[in-house]
Amino acid sequence: MCLGIPGEVIEIGTDRPDLAKVDVSGVRRSINIGLLEGEELHPGDWILIHVGFALSKIDEREAQAALDFLESIGQAYADEMDALKASAIE
Amino acid sequence: MRFVDEYRDAEQARALAAQIAALCEPGRHYKFMEVCGGHTHTIYKHGLEDYLPETVQLVHGPGCPVCVIPMGRVDDTIHIARQPDTIMTSFGDMMRVPGSDQTFFDSNAEGTDIRMVYSPLDALKIAKNNPDKRVVFMAIGFETTAPSTAMTLLRAKADKVDNFSVFCNHVTIIPAIKAILDSPDLRLDGFLGPGHVSTVIGCRPYEFISSSYGKPITVAGFEPLDILQSIYMLLKQLDDGRCEVENQYGRVVPWNGNEVGLRVINETMELRPYFEWRGLGFISHSALRLRDEYADFDAERIFELPGVRVADPKACQCGEVLKGVLKPWECKVFGTACTPETPIGTCMVSSEGACAAYYNYGRFTRTRVREAIRS
Repeated sequence: MCLGIPGEVIEIGTDRPDLAKVDVSGVRRSINIGLLEGEELHPGDWILIHVGFALSKIDEREAQAALDFLESIGQAYADEMDALKASAIE
Repeated sequence: MRFVDEYRDAEQARALAAQIAALCEPGRHYKFMEVCGGHTHTIYKHGLEDYLPETVQLVHGPGCPVCVIPMGRVDDTIHIARQPDTIMTSFGDMMRVPGSDQTFFDSNAEGTDIRMVYSPLDALKIAKNNPDKRVVFMAIGFETTAPSTAMTLLRAKADKVDNFSVFCNHVTIIPAIKAILDSPDLRLDGFLGPGHVSTVIGCRPYEFISSSYGKPITVAGFEPLDILQSIYMLLKQLDDGRCEVENQYGRVVPWNGNEVGLRVINETMELRPYFEWRGLGFISHSALRLRDEYADFDAERIFELPGVRVADPKACQCGEVLKGVLKPWECKVFGTACTPETPIGTCMVSSEGACAAYYNYGRFTRTRVREAIRS
């Protein structure tokens, strides 16, 4: 659970501006973006996600580096992705 | 992958290694602590110690949230889960952590309903979907995770989800670092500061490390080159006679942290007078509890807890590993009685634990431990 995983913003909620649809390694889930209040966030931006919340906005290069780190740690990332797949934040 | 190559470039690593070696004073030994379990992973995965002179030693710190939860809190969680009409939720990492009698998995085999969730918001959703049950979220984690619990509490209150509560076990990193600095067991020359915690708290809270203890700290990223670069920055400070907080991970960590995150933690939680950490014992003002305004969502006030202090198994030396006094493989049960399949201590359970990192990267497999014991 301690991992920060990068995701690409697909769309921002219209009724719920604190939620965004985010693509994480091909898995699309709702992520809460309330902690980034005041930051401009658009589709195509990358964010670092921790337990369903965006912690910070990052650039694409950092996202790729973070993803590579996660892929290198193997099982812990696989477990995190399984957990994310079961998630249905609203 | 073209981006990643920049971070992984072996040439750059070798160049940094040469710069690191050149900065080391002959005859002097350096000991740096990497506070965060994520850094421990990178160090073992990529064999970064092989790039360092023998006089530079890295020791692991207490920055694994699962590892520092004392056994008594695992027992308390199971106690809550055993109450009628109760669903307990927690992160998957907690499921196999041994309590004094049982893990969460063992407890479920006897009829409790302890569910893994990805996010505290998923726990809140379970509460909304099960209005006739009491749904509790066992919250763990440092300041990286506390804002998520705080945001979930704000939403629970706004949506009036009165069957939802939080069993708060959030801990704070600064008092743990201070406890290590005050510990007579260990002489450190500097710290690699945690990456994701600092995203929330920023870099300012570390200033006491340089101003009061005269040690340098560099907040570090997670790529192999980030770690080597950070070690270089620490050595450079020592060489220059400086002692400061530096931020190597500025591309993610803002100097002032995440203001919203800090605000919501402060709105919903306050410091406990003291909290027990596995291995480190009781540390003043080192953990968070819910504020009185959130009493209705506080599992510690809703349920009567045994709150019994349980000593760690005698054979387990997680405490020494968490303080950086022992290397994982120096623990008596490492790789023999204690493995990721049959863990005795938390450092072997959690994927972020130093023992699991050592073990999983094959540096000290069962065979090699036996060989080491024989020699």
